[in-house]
Amino acid sequence: MTLHEIRKLLDAEVLIGEDQLGMEVNTAFVADLMSDVLAFATAGSLLITGLTNPQVVRTADVLDIAAIIMGRGKRPSQETFQLAEEVNIPILTTKYILFEIAGRLYARGIRGCIEKVGSK
Amino acid sequence: MGGNFDNAGEVSSNIKTVLKQIGLPKDVIRKAALVAYESEINIVSYARKGMIRLRVVPDSIMIEAIDEGQGIPDIEQAMQPGFSTANQKIREMGFGAGMGLCNIKSFSDVFHISSEVGKGTHLRMIIRASSAVLNS
Ligand SMILES: Nc1ncnc2c1ncn2[C@@H]1O[C@H](COP(=O)(O)OP(=O)(O)OP(=O)(O)O)[C@@H](O)[C@H]1O
Ligand SMILES: [Mg+2]
Repeated sequence: MTLHEIRKLLDAEVLIGEDQLGMEVNTAFVADLMSDVLAFATAGSLLITGLTNPQVVRTADVLDIAAIIMGRGKRPSQETFQLAEEVNIPILTTKYILFEIAGRLYARGIRGCIEKVGSK
Repeated sequence: MGGNFDNAGEVSSNIKTVLKQIGLPKDVIRKAALVAYESEINIVSYARKGMIRLRVVPDSIMIEAIDEGQGIPDIEQAMQPGFSTANQKIREMGFGAGMGLCNIKSFSDVFHISSEVGKGTHLRMIIRASSAVLNS
């Protein structure tokens, strides 16, 4: 799916990365724990989270995450916004809860970046 | 950089930028950035001050995280996945899962940790550029 399609599907607002909506993604990871993201998320995946602090962007940058989706209507703090602009990582925000985000994406073919831990 | 979360991660971003300029494989850069980042967050979380040292030789990257701080009383316990003494502030940032040190170990080819209570902690990690290329 492209970020463009994802925006539509999730009724999301694009806060950063309007110019990158053509990007294709196939995998995603959902977490509110950054160390779990660091342990398991793979490059080019979506990061779906309810956290909004700058560490979300740092974590995404370190891992070459494709884009960040903030659920439950969460919006980035000012510092987070600035950092994401700096490192050029798209941020989308949606009012859907994380379960709904994941379910909707899964139904459209997006898969977890790993299925189970220890399986890669 | 201890105690200050405002710029936590900046050192790792810089490391990433430098390694990109050198033109190392993406995979290797990602591992190095991850290892540096977890170390940096630990220093900010648990130490008074510290530094991250990066050394690049043709076939490997060495990253050292050296801090002055509380140190780790029981290294074996600290290395256990899930063990954490993180406070509320750290948890609010999305850290404190007790995964950092295990992540660092599993993403490094060589991992060395030493620590003295009341003095500080020293991590040394080596990521091989050549093996990473072969594996990717
Ligand atoms: N540099 C350090 N100085 C003192 N104590 C440390 C240091 N690094 C880690 N520790 C101790 O070891 C524990 C485990 O560290 P680890 O990085 O594995 O997990 P965490 O920092 O608690 O959570 P996470 O890294 O998953 O966000 C910490 O909670 C802390 O008690
Ligand atoms: Mg840690």
